[in-house]
Amino acid sequence: MKKETEILVPLMTEVCDEGNICVEGLNVYYGDRQALKDINITLPAKKITAIIGPSGCGKTTLLKCFNRLIDSIDGTKVTGKVMLNGEDIFDPHADVIKIRKKMGLLSQRPYPLPMSIYDNVAYGPRIHGIRKKSELNQIVEYYLREASLWDEVMDRLNTPASGLSIGQQQRLCLARGLAVKPEIILGDEPTSALDPISSAHIEKKFVEFKNKYTIVMVTHILRQAIRIADYIIFMYLGEIIEHGPAHQVLDNPKDKRTSDYIKGIIS
Amino acid sequence: MNINKVEEGIFKVLMKTSTLLVLVSLFLIIYSILQKGLPSLSWAMITQTPKGGFFLGKGGGILNAIVGSLYLAGGSTILGLFISLPVALYLNVYRTKTSQFADFTRLCLDVLWGIPSIVYGAFGFAIMLLIGLKASLLAGIITLTLMVIPIMVRAMDEVIMTVPKGLIDASYSLGATKIETSIKVVSKQVLPGILTAVLISFGRSIGDAASVLFTSGFTDRIPTSLMQPAANLPLAIFFQLSTPIPEVQDRAYASALVLTVIILLISILSRIATKKFTKHKSLV
Amino acid sequence: MKGLTYFSIALLFLILIGLIYKSVPILKETSFGNLFFSTEWQPLKMKFGLLPFIISTLYVTIVAVVISVPLCLLTAIYLSEYADKRVIAFVNPLIDILAGIPSVIFGIWGIIEVVPLVRDYIAPAFGTTSSGYTILTGGIVLSIMIFPIIIHVLLEVFETIPEDLKNASLSVGATKWQTVKLVILRKAAPGVISAIVLGLSRAFGETLAVLMVVGNVIMIPISPLDPGYPITALIANNYGEMMSIPLYDSALMLASLILFVIVLVFNFISRRILKNIERKIA
Repeated sequence: MKKETEILVPLMTEVCDEGNICVEGLNVYYGDRQALKDINITLPAKKITAIIGPSGCGKTTLLKCFNRLIDSIDGTKVTGKVMLNGEDIFDPHADVIKIRKKMGLLSQRPYPLPMSIYDNVAYGPRIHGIRKKSELNQIVEYYLREASLWDEVMDRLNTPASGLSIGQQQRLCLARGLAVKPEIILGDEPTSALDPISSAHIEKKFVEFKNKYTIVMVTHILRQAIRIADYIIFMYLGEIIEHGPAHQVLDNPKDKRTSDYIKGIIS
Repeated sequence: MNINKVEEGIFKVLMKTSTLLVLVSLFLIIYSILQKGLPSLSWAMITQTPKGGFFLGKGGGILNAIVGSLYLAGGSTILGLFISLPVALYLNVYRTKTSQFADFTRLCLDVLWGIPSIVYGAFGFAIMLLIGLKASLLAGIITLTLMVIPIMVRAMDEVIMTVPKGLIDASYSLGATKIETSIKVVSKQVLPGILTAVLISFGRSIGDAASVLFTSGFTDRIPTSLMQPAANLPLAIFFQLSTPIPEVQDRAYASALVLTVIILLISILSRIATKKFTKHKSLV
Repeated sequence: MKGLTYFSIALLFLILIGLIYKSVPILKETSFGNLFFSTEWQPLKMKFGLLPFIISTLYVTIVAVVISVPLCLLTAIYLSEYADKRVIAFVNPLIDILAGIPSVIFGIWGIIEVVPLVRDYIAPAFGTTSSGYTILTGGIVLSIMIFPIIIHVLLEVFETIPEDLKNASLSVGATKWQTVKLVILRKAAPGVISAIVLGLSRAFGETLAVLMVVGNVIMIPISPLDPGYPITALIANNYGEMMSIPLYDSALMLASLILFVIVLVFNFISRRILKNIERKIA
């Protein structure tokens, strides 16, 4: 079944080039339950790929595999490979810190660290050894500008980050993630807790960043996928059912489950 | 980078050592009591009351203290349950209307839980004087009851709180009254919780000395009425240990062993009760 | 149901009122300074200086907390962040058992193990001699008694920290330890303080275990290897004669009142903080 769809639908990309995330035969088990079943997919570099599907289909699990946050969930077992720049992320000798540094994460709700706005952005760089105040100042300003937050917070950098609005917090989290110079941005329904204006802000940023970063986002908002995604992956019950260029998957789904989901029959 | 790994490594070792130390302290305590108490433990110790000159090393046992402790702990647990169960139910079944009130009650109970038992003892003593009661089984039971009320209410409360709200609503919608709901639905769900509360409170009151020090008195005989004084195990241990005679001190260790065994049994029983409860919870 | 609920709240105030009522005579007869700043305790001469007892209680409590807190913090961090489920399933029941052990057993254990340890090893190591019945001995015994409560509260506090907050730190390349140190402990700070205060107030009010091992000598202890005489021991040791000497009972009730008020305030504050943490999460 799956093999068939792969032949019918043009692959997003065939080769595991530099920068692409290539998933090969990935299985994830939570105890006895299999959360991901034989995932084979290549996510193209410098594009926005949206992962859609009903809740519980494994979208977030797949995302968590990329930066190995899956490690911190008790009782999981992972088999298969996720290749990035010729290295397997799940190689037992892989440096998890280095992998995570390459991937900025935006979670469903913003989680500012319990410290000031400045320290939130400086958190990553400091951990990776940058100590010089002038350098940190530059980094903080640069990435707060990148996240379009600088103008709103420049005069209160030393106040607790928890004092910001939810929308501002999410942009702060974006700046915090960017400050360690990732190649990839992972978004786990990054706008689901935000008001429409803040959501638009984040979407705009994603589109702007497309040339600099590979963006992978999980979303349950189909319209959002239509608006910003280049490629779409549809998952159902732990499997990839269909994937390809956004308009093709959305306008012309090959699989009945995909079309049912798009029509709102499965949710 | 490397320094970080070294630091994390050092702290991991420290963390494991600390955990081990906490556990070892428990085993050390039990081991010491076993090692010191086992040699002087005899059948006579637990089946006889003290003979004349018991505290000078003459014959007899600590049956008076064992029975006294069981009376005190049993009495206060039963009395405590009669007061605590309605409070715990009230806090939960009527919680929608007065949740702020329920929260305040919980806060007070938590604070009461933390009050040292010697303060309960002093307060119990003050009440005794006020109502003209002598140091007796009854006075001891009353004091211990005051002490276990917060423990029992909160223990049951924690369990009842986990009863899904939907279940209560479902019962309402079938036309059950609040009282019926309390009794039928909640009680059935929380029976193991009540059992746990009873066991915790029993364990707590059988091991407590400071609160009954002023109130229950101490005697070599087994009390036959609520108005008679009653001995208890912790004080028996304490008094035996306070004598300068080695054989009597040895008996103190044996008595400590008896108390420890009772406490461990209660611990194990309440583990089983909790286990049973969590099994139910996963089914819901 | 309602009546009993009100009664359980009222209990708190009844105890307070009862103890105040009983303390009034001594407060009327003796000056504040003579009670709290005097070291003279001679009930027959109507001298009730509580200072040595207050200092002893504080001293023993502080020693207990200083020993206990680092161990409990490390243990709780290990259990909540590092240990796998099987370790937790093994350790938690044992900590519960430790919590259930009566204080007289701790006292006995203190006499069997800790007193000789202090007398034969610790005191000589510091170049002094000691009977082994000291503030330090009481502190060690108490520190173990308060393990369960501190660890228990700490575990509950750490549990309220959202997984996603930890992930936020991990995802910029922080190690687990950096996350613990820089994020979790900072976020948990109010809860950690509450846990410590709850442990502290437990130690503060503990009676029998301390009484059995601190020596009960009326003096102001300077070194941890000096004996002491905590408030709880004072109350417990003198209940027998308190009715036969005028004002004695009132002095002991005042001592109980001091214990009660301090523990009440500590508990109230830390429970409030913990409630707030819970509420924020929910």
